[in-house]
Amino acid sequence: MSIRTAGRGLSPPGLLFAMLGAAALALPFMTLSPNRIVSGQGVAAWAVAAPGIALPGLAAVLAGLVLGLAAAYPKLRLAGALAGLAGLLWLLSQGAAALLDGAGEYARVSPAAGFWCLGLVLMLQVADAMATLRPGPGLRALLLAAFLAVLAAILWSGLLSDLSVMVEYASRARAFRDATLRHLGLAFGSLAAAGVIGFPLGILCHRQATLRGATLPVLSFLQTIPSLAMFGLMIPILGWVGATFPAARAVGIAGIGFAPAFLALVLYSLLPVVANTVAGLASTPPAALEAARGMGMTAGQRLWQVELPLGLPVILAGLRIVLVQNVGLAVIAGLIGGGGYGTFVFQGLNQTATDLILLGALPTVLLALVAAIVMDILVELARRTPETTP
Amino acid sequence: MIEIDAITKCYDGQPAVDAVSMTVESGTITAIVGTSGSGKTTLLRMINRLVEPSSGEVRINGQSTREEKPHLLRRRIGYAIQGHGLFPHQTVARNIGTVPRLLGWSKDKVRERVDELLRLFSMEPEEFRDRYPAELSGGQQQRVGVARALASRPDLLLMDEPFGALDPIIRTRAQEDLRQIQQKLGSTIMLVTHDMEEAIRLGDRVAVMDGGKLVQYGTPAEIIAEPASDFVAHMVGDVERPLRLLSLLPLGDLVEEGEAEGEPLPAEASLREALSACLWNGKQAVPVERDGKVVGRVTLDAIRARAGHHG
Ligand SMILES: Nc1ncnc2c1ncn2[C@@H]1O[C@H](COP(=O)(O)OP(=O)(O)OP(=O)(O)O)[C@@H](O)[C@H]1O
Ligand SMILES: [Mg+2]
Repeated sequence: MSIRTAGRGLSPPGLLFAMLGAAALALPFMTLSPNRIVSGQGVAAWAVAAPGIALPGLAAVLAGLVLGLAAAYPKLRLAGALAGLAGLLWLLSQGAAALLDGAGEYARVSPAAGFWCLGLVLMLQVADAMATLRPGPGLRALLLAAFLAVLAAILWSGLLSDLSVMVEYASRARAFRDATLRHLGLAFGSLAAAGVIGFPLGILCHRQATLRGATLPVLSFLQTIPSLAMFGLMIPILGWVGATFPAARAVGIAGIGFAPAFLALVLYSLLPVVANTVAGLASTPPAALEAARGMGMTAGQRLWQVELPLGLPVILAGLRIVLVQNVGLAVIAGLIGGGGYGTFVFQGLNQTATDLILLGALPTVLLALVAAIVMDILVELARRTPETTP
Repeated sequence: MIEIDAITKCYDGQPAVDAVSMTVESGTITAIVGTSGSGKTTLLRMINRLVEPSSGEVRINGQSTREEKPHLLRRRIGYAIQGHGLFPHQTVARNIGTVPRLLGWSKDKVRERVDELLRLFSMEPEEFRDRYPAELSGGQQQRVGVARALASRPDLLLMDEPFGALDPIIRTRAQEDLRQIQQKLGSTIMLVTHDMEEAIRLGDRVAVMDGGKLVQYGTPAEIIAEPASDFVAHMVGDVERPLRLLSLLPLGDLVEEGEAEGEPLPAEASLREALSACLWNGKQAVPVERDGKVVGRVTLDAIRARAGHHG
């Protein structure tokens, strides 16, 4: 077999993943520390548990990486990645129990660099295989639902309850639930508010070039304010509003808390919503618009029947940007008492309790990921009608 | 009847259409022809008020178009533009049904009309109804564009270079189709083209525009035989003028008593065909038949005399 055909049989990204994965195996896989605050000691992947327990997990991870090399078989690469992830989960859950055994009452185990790197590499392998397989929107939604169901089952089963981050969760289950609701409220609420303001504003900007010329630069400027500064700015402004107008105070507007965080997120959201609405409406083919006018459609009919449906994919793409961005930015609300997952992140930072930080960070990442995938599916569905041939 | 009365449109003080007046009889095709930038599109768009005239007015059946809301006026006037302007996100059926829906027709009535139109343009409804414009060929898109303009049976149809994007063969067929459909429906059509050939073939009347002005308005024969200016003569094409003229004249007028050899031509055929037959067969005359009976002949000399009459 020539080198060229051999090269064609190996997936280049798969090769990269395998090498990175092999290197990550040399990193500490988990850490064991005497309590939740001091930094612990790294444990290699093969040493987290007795060989009889650790080796099958290791084998699954390695096999997964090797399967990822099969260039011609994306399904095999996907299956390999899933097997690898299962191996990681096995090592993590079994390792946690084994390491804690006899380590003292306050001892904590956490995943370490090796676990995270391997997890990332295998997720990339999933993404790479998916990019080749190109599942349709329906199948993607199904896969996402299946993934979430498996994740929920794992968390529910207590398989990971020995991990430090789950111990942190166990002592804050109520607070976590409140933070989740608050985080969702911030992210989706600000999205809704930005839509209510941004769509009409975008439509007006589309109609009037002068308004567009004035609005978009202002919104772009808002977008460039660093997030910490933006949240900080809201404190004196809303503090003044709350202090000056009793009615505002009565509905909860104050310098710190939900209101300033919400307002900051809305301001950040306006540019993507307005700019994409304008771009979406402007993407209508001029001939179609001319025909619509020539056949006697009113301005409103043209907007609803021609411009909006044709601009929908671009407008939804704007909403996707906003949603993913706000899920992440809402973390900073924790800094000004706005609640959400940021609360745990900043508490954790104060207490140097890494696992408390994770308790805030991991669900944020998951939420952003799910939001991105769901919005992508919606954008694709909106794009379903064939494009015009040029 | 459409009366265009001293209509003018100025952009930045420059007239794009300059005091054009013309009267269009109902049930005829008027072809507006001219070079690029001569104001054809602007003139057409002032009729359905897509462009508001700077001065002058248009009357349809005696009623000024200014007395009606523009969007209501446009719903009674069919409009087909160059590049079809179909809605890419709607099926063929929805596209064609646009104006009937705007006029509040019932669903069944719209569907019936859509199928009828598709058949009229020889597109099988079952096959094409649910397609999107991107799934049609250029010629089919154009036909759907014209079908859409006809959907509500408008008395007046405005068409801006409707066949611009078609190749010569399909173009000729589309022109014939349009002629037939117009005769069947008796509608009034105003059609913009920059192709004099098309104007002569399709138009009952031809309006020649130059620099915003209407330089000649008459029947195709008049335009060819008596061009009002060098510009019009140039548009018609000096070299081919006799042939163009002959192609407009039926054989019947020149039939004389006598014998001739060869395949007889029907009396409705044009003199151009007779000339062609003579030259091809190397004969001095061709026999002419009417209703399958030979009624006489047309001689080469007579044809030559007719062609030279105006030349
Ligand atoms: N909206 C407008 N603003 C300014 N000038 C215009 C506008 N529309 C048309 N014009 C000008 O008016 C003149 C006539 O334009 P029009 O579109 O009627 O020409 P046309 O005969 O249809 O040409 P073509 O064969 O290229 O389509 C041109 O000089 C054009 O530049
Ligand atoms: Mg034009």
